[in-house]
Amino acid sequence: MTDHAPLEHLRLQALWKSFGDVKAVRGIDLSVSRGEFLTLLGPSGCGKTTTLRMVAGFEPPTSGTILLHGKDITNEPPNSRPINTVFQHYALFPHLSVEENIAFGLRMRGVPATERQRQVTDALRAVALPGFERRHPRQLSGGQQQRVALARALVNRPEILLLDEPLGALDLKLRRQMQLELRALHREVGISFLYVTHDQEEALAMSDRVAVMNAGRIEQIGSPREIYEQPISRFVADFIGETNLLEGRVVRVDGTRVQVKLGPHILHALGEGCVTGTQVALSIRPERWTLTEGVRDADMNRFSGRVRESVYAGSVLRQVVELEGGITVVATRPGNLAGEPAGSAVTLTIIPSDVVVLPAGPPDPPA
Amino acid sequence: MSSSGTGLSRLLLLGYGIAFFGFLYLPLAVIVLFSFDASSVSSFPLEGWTLHWYRELFSDGALLGALWNSLRVAVVATAGAVLLGTSGALGLDRCRFPGRGLLQRLVLMPIVLPGILTGVSFLTFFASLNWPLSLTTVTLCHVTFCVPIVLTQVLARLRRFDRRLEDAAMDLYANRLKTLLYVTLPSLRTSILGGALLAFTLSMDEIVVTLFVTGRDNTLPMQVWAMLRRGITPEVNAIATLVLVASSLLVALAAGRLRTDN
Repeated sequence: MTDHAPLEHLRLQALWKSFGDVKAVRGIDLSVSRGEFLTLLGPSGCGKTTTLRMVAGFEPPTSGTILLHGKDITNEPPNSRPINTVFQHYALFPHLSVEENIAFGLRMRGVPATERQRQVTDALRAVALPGFERRHPRQLSGGQQQRVALARALVNRPEILLLDEPLGALDLKLRRQMQLELRALHREVGISFLYVTHDQEEALAMSDRVAVMNAGRIEQIGSPREIYEQPISRFVADFIGETNLLEGRVVRVDGTRVQVKLGPHILHALGEGCVTGTQVALSIRPERWTLTEGVRDADMNRFSGRVRESVYAGSVLRQVVELEGGITVVATRPGNLAGEPAGSAVTLTIIPSDVVVLPAGPPDPPA
Repeated sequence: MSSSGTGLSRLLLLGYGIAFFGFLYLPLAVIVLFSFDASSVSSFPLEGWTLHWYRELFSDGALLGALWNSLRVAVVATAGAVLLGTSGALGLDRCRFPGRGLLQRLVLMPIVLPGILTGVSFLTFFASLNWPLSLTTVTLCHVTFCVPIVLTQVLARLRRFDRRLEDAAMDLYANRLKTLLYVTLPSLRTSILGGALLAFTLSMDEIVVTLFVTGRDNTLPMQVWAMLRRGITPEVNAIATLVLVASSLLVALAAGRLRTDN
């Protein structure tokens, strides 16, 4: 617990938070490296916003510590932490102009007026809103308010920028654009970003690392690729993207090669720590299925089935296929393919490394 | 049948409306009219137009003194009400303590209670303290019924206030005091102003409670009442007209401010 990596910036240790009988955060351990973009991802009520509010200083933790550069800031009030926040719905001061909003933090710290002026101008340029100084928040669109909120936080050059679902109120197209802009801004300013969202696509697209939270705990932490391709629990596999979760029993273990019995089928998978005879869950991403004969390979999983339904969703074609033994799976293919009509017999193949073996049963029960 | 009713029912409704507002406002209109009447007896027909009664009014030392007293009482009472009402509203909104709900209702008592009860109880209270009656005691009483007016206005605004704005201020290096001064109070300013204008108007017009606790110095309504006992003079019509105009302006201003805020 005490070994500080040289680049470690922020560290949360055994952080708990209860509101009355409700345990919102139940033991978070997390460290953010300097300049990292780390996202707390989870469904609403998983404790991600509460965690962020504890880092900002709005909520005192019930127990645990928050370290910044190894210095304990757990009991520091928000106004003495070198951390700034971009709030959900922005929380811009409605009675102040854009300029006054952005200058607020500088003014509170006693930065002289001329210097404030210069920095506000720079900040507005950085978020592509030059000339908006005199406007009031109510005269701005959602996207513009978002940029002002960003400028208001970044102008203070915080050590860490906290972002609480900052893109939640924007429409999809603007959200995608802002994702790219935020990423670019992050690279440019070199400040650590701690980002909270329930949108898994957003988390994967923007983050260096993603911490998937569930019921007040971090379920898994890793790069977007790791989170998506090697989920360690049913919850993560299910929450990130779309997946087929199938229940089976391990019948043979040979190193990392595992055979799982799934109804009448034997599935080859790669997995570690599997024990023969135990129940497991298998996660297979819909886009990893191949609806062709594929390469003749002893390990290749091959099933025959019948197309139940074929749904065209623009970029992808989603096919519901019933395998022998009554197992139904979803497979997606590029949308430009015509696809087989419902009722057609098809062969589904999947390579063992695309089958993720997970502990069986529901996600960890609440303690 | 159409929703606008038949021609007859519409006519009846119009007649009722005219009668209703006539009943409310005709007496006032009559006073305004007589204040410009040349005759010293307020009766129709009018004998000619004059500003004589207004000149008379501004040379009447007792009346002007009473006006000055009322203004002083109203200004101090309003200031006290703004201070206590705003901090009270903040306390009721922010703090959780036993009896909070009860206190929130109790604080409305001074406007709910009949003035005569408030007046008698204050008189008894001051008498038991051997506190001589004066404009000071009048002001204290006015504060009591002005506080709930400001408090309810500010509390209503606070209920809709986005507390995240305070988080944002604290996040941007403001301490609690600066957050209050730069973010919370500016958000409340229209409700404070609206409450203050209402309180000021009520204090200027108050007579029942004042009757019990006033000393030798009269407030304006008291003075007018005293003059009326000697008969209705056109001078009273003139001062009534001025008070009417000032009150309407203040109430309109208060209503306008509250509307822009809410």
